[in-house]
Amino acid sequence: MAEFSTAIIEKDNVSVINLKGYLDAHTAPALEENFTQLIDNKRFKIVVNFEELAYISSAGLGVFMAYIENIRENKGDIKLTTMSDKVYNIFDLLGFPLLYEIFKTEDEAINKFKESTN
Amino acid sequence: MNSESTNSKELIVKSKTENLSAIRDFISCNAQSAGIKKEMIENIMLAVDEACTNIIKHAYHSFPDGEIKIELKYNHEKFTILIIDYGNSFDPEIVPDPDLRKYYDEGKVGGLGMYLMKTLMDEVKYISIPGKFNQVLLSKNIS
Repeated sequence: MAEFSTAIIEKDNVSVINLKGYLDAHTAPALEENFTQLIDNKRFKIVVNFEELAYISSAGLGVFMAYIENIRENKGDIKLTTMSDKVYNIFDLLGFPLLYEIFKTEDEAINKFKESTN
Repeated sequence: MNSESTNSKELIVKSKTENLSAIRDFISCNAQSAGIKKEMIENIMLAVDEACTNIIKHAYHSFPDGEIKIELKYNHEKFTILIIDYGNSFDPEIVPDPDLRKYYDEGKVGGLGMYLMKTLMDEVKYISIPGKFNQVLLSKNIS
């Protein structure tokens, strides 16, 4: 069975979700749970780190679409970072770079939140 | 591999999302035997994952005991995947190309998988015989 896990780390008042493994229709609910939990706790500044993500299907991409509006309505955002070329290509094919800020490094993504609060 | 020879392989799994990884392994393993390069294997794997995810969610409405049959045929020119299910039939013509702006406004997505399949593969063909079976044929030229 494909493995997928997530870990949430708080950094500079930003919640960083680290993704690991394979994100598909089977494992997407685990990521949905992370977003639900963050929203329940009013943590709306979210960075998703893709460094250890090996695979994503459209079921995984759908998770980001499901929560983004609610999060932005609460003055937050989901910023994406450290994607492999392979994963970025899938986001790009579906037009996600128009709707999401995608950064090369986690620090850049976190700093972007700091800029907007100053 | 003899350039004239065509290889065939078959996998039958139940309509559960937990089987998606076995489906991807089956594709990747055989695509490697066919001598396809890594990047193309990953695209084929994703297209098949999307097709099977659609079958599990839409043809079988997440009912876990449906059957999904995947038949592979490949030679030095072409890698073909035929995926058959016995769930509800579906008309691919009614699936619009994805419009992310609209999804953003409506907070839901749909059709992303179909769009990826069409983009990543050379051929995507649906045939539905309502009440009997549905099949989707995906193929990629590899020569």
